[in-house]
Amino acid sequence: MSALATSATAPKRKGRGGSLAWMTVPALLFFTGFGLIPLVGVLVLSFTSWDGLGDIHFAGVDSWANVLADPGLPHALWVTFLVMALSWAVQTPASILLGTFLANHHRYRAVLSVVYFIPLLLSSAAIAIAYKALLDPNFGLGAGLQIPLLVQDWLGDPYLAFGVVIFVVSWQFIPFHSLIYQGGVRQIPRSMYEAAELDGAGRVRMFFSITLPQLKYTIITSSTLMVVGSLTFFDLIFVLTAGGPGDATRVLALDMYVRGWMASQMGPASVIAVILVLVGLVLALVLRRLGGRDASHSQLEGA
Amino acid sequence: MGLPLGAALAACGSSGPTRPGTPSGGGGGGGATYWYLSTQPQEGVRTRTVERFNKANPNGQIAGTTFQNDAFKTKIKTAIGAGQAPTLIWGWGGGTLRSYVQAGQVDDLTSWFDQNATLKDRLFPSSFGAATIDGKIYAMPCETMQPIVLYYDKRSFDKIGAQPPQTWGDIMDLVPKFNAQGIAPFALGGQSRWTNMMWLEFLFDRMGGPEVFQAVFDAEKDAWNNPIAIDALGKVQELVKADGFIKGFSSITADSNADQALLYTGKAAMMLHGGWTYGSMKQDGGDFVSGGNLGYMNFPPIDGGKGDPTNTVGNPGQYMSISSKATPEQKEIAKKFFATELMGDQAVKEWVATGAVPIVKGADKEFAASDDAEFLNFVYNIAVNAKTFAQSWDQALSPTAAEVLLDNIAKLFQLSISPKEFATNMNAVIGK
Repeated sequence: MSALATSATAPKRKGRGGSLAWMTVPALLFFTGFGLIPLVGVLVLSFTSWDGLGDIHFAGVDSWANVLADPGLPHALWVTFLVMALSWAVQTPASILLGTFLANHHRYRAVLSVVYFIPLLLSSAAIAIAYKALLDPNFGLGAGLQIPLLVQDWLGDPYLAFGVVIFVVSWQFIPFHSLIYQGGVRQIPRSMYEAAELDGAGRVRMFFSITLPQLKYTIITSSTLMVVGSLTFFDLIFVLTAGGPGDATRVLALDMYVRGWMASQMGPASVIAVILVLVGLVLALVLRRLGGRDASHSQLEGA
Repeated sequence: MGLPLGAALAACGSSGPTRPGTPSGGGGGGGATYWYLSTQPQEGVRTRTVERFNKANPNGQIAGTTFQNDAFKTKIKTAIGAGQAPTLIWGWGGGTLRSYVQAGQVDDLTSWFDQNATLKDRLFPSSFGAATIDGKIYAMPCETMQPIVLYYDKRSFDKIGAQPPQTWGDIMDLVPKFNAQGIAPFALGGQSRWTNMMWLEFLFDRMGGPEVFQAVFDAEKDAWNNPIAIDALGKVQELVKADGFIKGFSSITADSNADQALLYTGKAAMMLHGGWTYGSMKQDGGDFVSGGNLGYMNFPPIDGGKGDPTNTVGNPGQYMSISSKATPEQKEIAKKFFATELMGDQAVKEWVATGAVPIVKGADKEFAASDDAEFLNFVYNIAVNAKTFAQSWDQALSPTAAEVLLDNIAKLFQLSISPKEFATNMNAVIGK
């Protein structure tokens, strides 16, 4: 009797508290299958020596010692950091300005925003191939239009090649971040601008005193996406410069690929992969701390 | 333009839909599998060869799958590592083949070749070097030989009123003359790195003979410190400093054939490149080849050098191995394919038609009917007369050492490291 009673009430109880937890199961399964298990695999591989073909041998900390002593690692870390910092420094101001510009409800701005959006629709590989063809010193844009300024050793000079990578990355992702800022700006109550106007504030003053501070959380969101995303830049750089000239644009992700697939050293490649994961986690955490501490704090203070 | 995309695709996913060598679980299934490269015109020859074999052998079929060049390199490695290799493993022999052998992934074919001596005799002996690991043959040499050739544009030489270089000294003398005319002395697709490597291969050989690199290959300690090697590395930097290569060569890739385009559009006067570029220049260069403007020669000697000027480097052939994981039936089909169609008479004819020299003795009999008879004879004679037909360094070395080599070669051509630093970096990976 009592058993029957409990079984009758149990589904009811589950229906309240349990249903939500149940819904995370598919996501958890995917995350375990495609996130956690490979991650553990990579961690294990980083303590082995394997050429991708034969047997996997346990090698202790050999790969770690090998990679950490290699001058290529600090170089790749530095290049990765530079790509991150510079692409952030280029993209953020441009995206905020574009986003603010596009937030206004004018028809021509709506048309422009569609046009700006186009680079985001293209695959990174296609963009890289197109730019590579355009920048070819002999058959590219500069040679075709006979503009000597455009005829440079774009991908062959270490500094220029680096600049090209930053430019192309920005060209590709500014539309996306502009879109985020556009949404952010549209959330700011009109009343704040009206009040400022009454007080006699100009457009520039309003931008710096209202728009920018109100975008704080949008900036943090967009920056997190940029910074963590820039860790995984691979396809674009691989096709555009293949990490060259020399190793001028060899970021961590590329270093990992080169070691693993081209040099057949899966152990050291896995070490780089683990380092990549750690750097990404730390960065995401730092950025969350920057913005997340007073998440309950209203942005709309004074509105 | 196809190659970079292929490379990127290979990078994105290395486990796409493939057709792994199916174990003979199903009764009638269990045919052999074969992956090959999709570049034309070679793909057509491979496809037709397989089709002929399948027609003649209805009970033991081969199923072919094609891949892009760079995608193939990653894919075949992944498949072999996962124990899902195709029955027939196509490649360039040398260091990669050695890594398959060390992992026990390919069959020893030595005794099979002993039983099929006529087949072995039919093929060029020099092509077996890269198929032989520790005295045993692990692959059948096949398809074509591709020595590296010094191409030149006769129109450019007419413009400055000069003759093709007979020595290294001539080359250095020609450089300022061409530059003064606004023609780049040499086209180079430096971003591809192995393109730069071809220069070092010849400089090392002409100055010190094949022994200099052989010492590296044999893993002798500090082999790169050989004074001849240091000297050769310095020579190539001299050429870079003298603007011997087209401006911006590090931005140019060989995958897009932009380096060849520089030659046939008259922007560059000479180019050191593989025999396979003859076919593509003929196809893309308008009347450049058919109009008789393309000249070619073996790399000239270097004053005071010890190397034999008949030597050459490049690909002595392509190589086909049999996966050790294949079933006995699949292996039988594969061996039958090797013995019959792979380098059969019809296949030889078709390879000649692509403008390349098959690795079969007496293939020159087929040349007369071809439009490219002159070039084919030139390549054939290089191969026949060469004292040594050395394999490309990046193919001969292990993948690990090859990657470090290419990396350092790129830096050497950037002038960002000195010959001594190059040698130190390379000595560190000798024997790895």
